[in-house]
Amino acid sequence: MAWFRKDKKPLQAQDKRDLPADVFEKCQGCGEILYRERIAQNLNVCPTCGHHLRISADAYLSILIDGGTFVEHDANLRAADPLGFIDLKPYPDRLSAAEAKGKTEALRSGTGRLDGIEVVIGVMDFAFIGGSMGSVVGEKIARAAHVSLERRIPLIIVSASGGARMQEGIYSLMQMAKTSTVLARLHEAGVPFVSVLTHPTTGGVTASFSMLGDVNLAEPEALIGFAGPRVIEETIKQELPKGFQRAEFLLDHGMVDRVVDRRELKQTIALLLRHQFAGWTD
Amino acid sequence: MHLEFERDIMEIQAQIDKLLDLASRKGIDVSNEVVVLQGKLRELKSQTYDNLSPIEQVQVARHPKRPYTLDYVERAFTDWIELHGDRSFRDDGAMVGGWARLRGRTVMIVGQQKGRNMKENLSRNFGMPHPEGYRKALRLMQQAEKFGRPVITFIDTIGAYPGIGAEERGIGQAIAFNLREMSRLRVPIVSAVLGEGMSGGALGIGVTDRILMLEHSIYSVISPEGCAAILWRSAEHREKAATALRLTAKDLFEQGVCDEIVPEPEGGAHTDWDLAAANVGDALDRVLGELSALSVDKLLEGRWAKYEAIGAWREA
Repeated sequence: MAWFRKDKKPLQAQDKRDLPADVFEKCQGCGEILYRERIAQNLNVCPTCGHHLRISADAYLSILIDGGTFVEHDANLRAADPLGFIDLKPYPDRLSAAEAKGKTEALRSGTGRLDGIEVVIGVMDFAFIGGSMGSVVGEKIARAAHVSLERRIPLIIVSASGGARMQEGIYSLMQMAKTSTVLARLHEAGVPFVSVLTHPTTGGVTASFSMLGDVNLAEPEALIGFAGPRVIEETIKQELPKGFQRAEFLLDHGMVDRVVDRRELKQTIALLLRHQFAGWTD
Repeated sequence: MHLEFERDIMEIQAQIDKLLDLASRKGIDVSNEVVVLQGKLRELKSQTYDNLSPIEQVQVARHPKRPYTLDYVERAFTDWIELHGDRSFRDDGAMVGGWARLRGRTVMIVGQQKGRNMKENLSRNFGMPHPEGYRKALRLMQQAEKFGRPVITFIDTIGAYPGIGAEERGIGQAIAFNLREMSRLRVPIVSAVLGEGMSGGALGIGVTDRILMLEHSIYSVISPEGCAAILWRSAEHREKAATALRLTAKDLFEQGVCDEIVPEPEGGAHTDWDLAAANVGDALDRVLGELSALSVDKLLEGRWAKYEAIGAWREA
């Protein structure tokens, strides 16, 4: 009589369910473990604390530009190696490593509609060699500004950059001059330029186009500055105050017009452009 | 005070001085020996200075006895009157500016100014300007524009000052604004890199119709030390960084960024300030003559085209 005999197999520790590594993500702001899809639906802003996670250029384009209206320009431009630069690695190796991740440069640009308003947009990508500005970034911005000038439509640039790309030597420094020069012409022509500063925007990008918006907008807590915090600390030999070089610090010191939550970025820019330039249809 | 590679030069110079001293005290004729030694000295100087390695160029550009902005102002210009302040915060001693005359032509001069000693550097901040320095420079450039006078900028800085106050007052914005406004300044504007032109702090007064560089000056996106610290993870690799960055006047000329190299006295500008200043004066006078002949529209078109053309890329 073995009616009580267990005929089920004992419970066994199963292999872990196959979870892709990116299902959950820890928020850098509050440390909460979050379901990735839920953050994504929230434009990569932590639903708990509002921390803005870093996102790609593509993500900004889909947030800001009306679906199906984006036309990319100059996607065929690639960095050259004018100096034959070799540090611990040759520059071309760094470029191909960055390209292997599916990006071609640290900025994507093109035209599209933002809440119905025709715009030219450039978005930097920190994932490509730290969002550094070399000749391609400078040239793409110059060309984008020319489209703005010729078609008299607003220019928007979303920045995220560690600064100039050292591997291109003096050419990279001169991209600061190049981008600021075309913006001078846009300024004279009365065409709006809105600059959006995201985490982090430092060095030569801060000291050129990204600070030259008719309106400068910054994402919450974004690090924005010219000198890097470590360099400053080493120079002045003292600890930096809390919140130093963050978006809110820049707002306090009058360097940006507004700190804008990513979820309100598109509508904020649209409102500005209507006041400055595009007007209302009603 | 001399650099490592200058030692042999200094030794021969000392021998000549000793001989001349002996001659004057004892009335001996040493002219033959002196002529021979002077020949040797010239040869050694040109041999050394024509073959400097990039890091040696950096050392010459930073030579403690190298003439600074006001040393050139004093020697190559007349009727100098310095003007102060940015009208909103304070006067920045790391950036000087004012009116002067160059061979009869009134010009506005702005430039970074290093201190010669610790006391001077209390106000000069080692030639590292704060935002108010860049704003003062722009104020003076726009004053020149108002009166239709050309502008000369002298670049000599290791960079804008990386400090709390500089960031609070928007060093990035101050430089950016200068770049934009200089590009549309409706008068001729020429820059000369005197010593070191490092990073955005140099470029902040560097958007000009012509970029001149002294023979042993350097111009770079970042200092060799900064570059080495980031890319080689140690500032000790500054020699490699100096080579890789291609920052000498000759490099910049080859890269099409520097328009003209101004020759220095044999042995470097620090050996003969008067001659160095005369050379700078000659070059600026000639370039300003050329630029003054252009209409404002032509001038601006040329400036825009110059900066828009800079870069190296390929099409995939």
